[in-house]
Amino acid sequence: MTMAAAPWVDASALSEAMETMASQLRRHYAGQGMDTPLMVGIHTGGVWVAQRLHALLQLPEPLGTLDIAFYRDDFTRIGLNPVVRPSSLPVSPEGRHVLLVDDVLYTGRTVRAALNQIFDYARPASVCLVALVDRGGRELPIEPQITGLRVDLPLHRHIKLTGPDPLVLVIHPDTPR
Amino acid sequence: MNSQLDAHGRLRHFLTIEGLSRELLTDILNTAEGFVTVAEQAVKKVPLCRGKTVANLFFETSTRTRTTFELAAKRLSADVLNLNIGTSATAKGETLLDTLRNLEAMHCDMFVVRHTQSGAAHFIAAHAAPHVSVINAGDGRHAHPTQAMLDMFTIRRHKPDFAPLCVAIVGDVLHSRVARSVIGALQTLGVQRVRVIGPRTLLPAAAREALGVEVFYDLSQGIRDADVVMMLRLQRERMQGGFLPSEHEYFRLFGLTEERLRLAKPDAIVMHPGPINRGVEIDSRVADGLQSVILEQVTYGIAVRMAVMSMALGAQNQRARSGGTAEQQRGGGGWRWLNRSA
Repeated sequence: MTMAAAPWVDASALSEAMETMASQLRRHYAGQGMDTPLMVGIHTGGVWVAQRLHALLQLPEPLGTLDIAFYRDDFTRIGLNPVVRPSSLPVSPEGRHVLLVDDVLYTGRTVRAALNQIFDYARPASVCLVALVDRGGRELPIEPQITGLRVDLPLHRHIKLTGPDPLVLVIHPDTPR
Repeated sequence: MNSQLDAHGRLRHFLTIEGLSRELLTDILNTAEGFVTVAEQAVKKVPLCRGKTVANLFFETSTRTRTTFELAAKRLSADVLNLNIGTSATAKGETLLDTLRNLEAMHCDMFVVRHTQSGAAHFIAAHAAPHVSVINAGDGRHAHPTQAMLDMFTIRRHKPDFAPLCVAIVGDVLHSRVARSVIGALQTLGVQRVRVIGPRTLLPAAAREALGVEVFYDLSQGIRDADVVMMLRLQRERMQGGFLPSEHEYFRLFGLTEERLRLAKPDAIVMHPGPINRGVEIDSRVADGLQSVILEQVTYGIAVRMAVMSMALGAQNQRARSGGTAEQQRGGGGWRWLNRSA
């Protein structure tokens, strides 16, 4: 009895949210006297969000991308993710302030995996978590520093960023996790 | 059903290219792309297969293949046992199946098998416990599927579209498990023009009909306009078998020199599964030249083997889980109160 997926936030509202996030980020790292941060997006939706933020902030260095498939905690349950994209950190995060960007923050398990992966590349000075949407339901002690939108969804519902152009947030009524 | 696949169509064993779909081969190549960048990390490994145990069962000696399988397993964080069968229990009279049962009793999850007999890996897969995956690392003259996939990966990195390629395979095709697996993989991935080139004594009599390839007995003709030139290793023992008069004559007729390579496309790549015999099947200036991708093949071999091993070990997990577990039932009502209310 799956109902049709409904767009929850459209492209123009998302652009607005991301502009707000960009100005929050400017204040965040200017206020703390940080050097230019290094931005890293998590595949797939996180990379789309990171691309927008990277452009809005006019960061000088190329965007890094992570596919956390090899760091997931559910390999022993479901095996290898069928679609794996190469991770690429063109600039080493060693000693840098890293802005880690994801689209939807839920259990926190993806962020846990991404943190482990970043530390296998190098030792960053700090990591700041940036999420387009925080939907609650955390299973790990992980909280974002910068969030675009907040929504509390029942567990059986599923929120997904579709893109890359246009970016739209869609809520699926009863898609299993 | 293909015995290499599980009920969900996922790779359970990797024994031969035969019977595998283009989609599955492409999945292996795409997954391997992800593993290539692991080597760029300061910590050159991922925690994916932590707690899994891989046993390398090499009944036939090998340095490069065994080493790259070992590195691949270690970079997946699996534990690796290297069994030198020649000096182990089999030499003391234990049967192969008893050796397998003992390794299973030690909770090994994967056997990587190389054997001089064709069909050895299939035999072991047929007799292994259900929780064990078998990877064929070369069996007799039959198959060497991970070598074929690392060759496909290397080709795709240089020539992203398989269909229009012309691939020339040069040398002892008759005795080569690499050639057999490579031809199968090229055809599955859609390569239209595959050529085999060699002396009549070293090409299968019905190569055209049996393998669906073009046959050339003259290197200069066969190499013309090729995009990929794949040299096969000339095994020294063939000299004793009366297949060839001498290494010197073989090099004169079938050795890849700079002059001959000029007949291929200007951007052709030169491949060799190794170990190379300089001055027998390939001239040093070609082996070390700009068109040679021989060392890339070695590097990519690790990523491709990581892909195959993790896919097979991951499918095991799904098998173990298919009975339904408490994890699947989670997300009911019991802990909904943890969620913040709207």
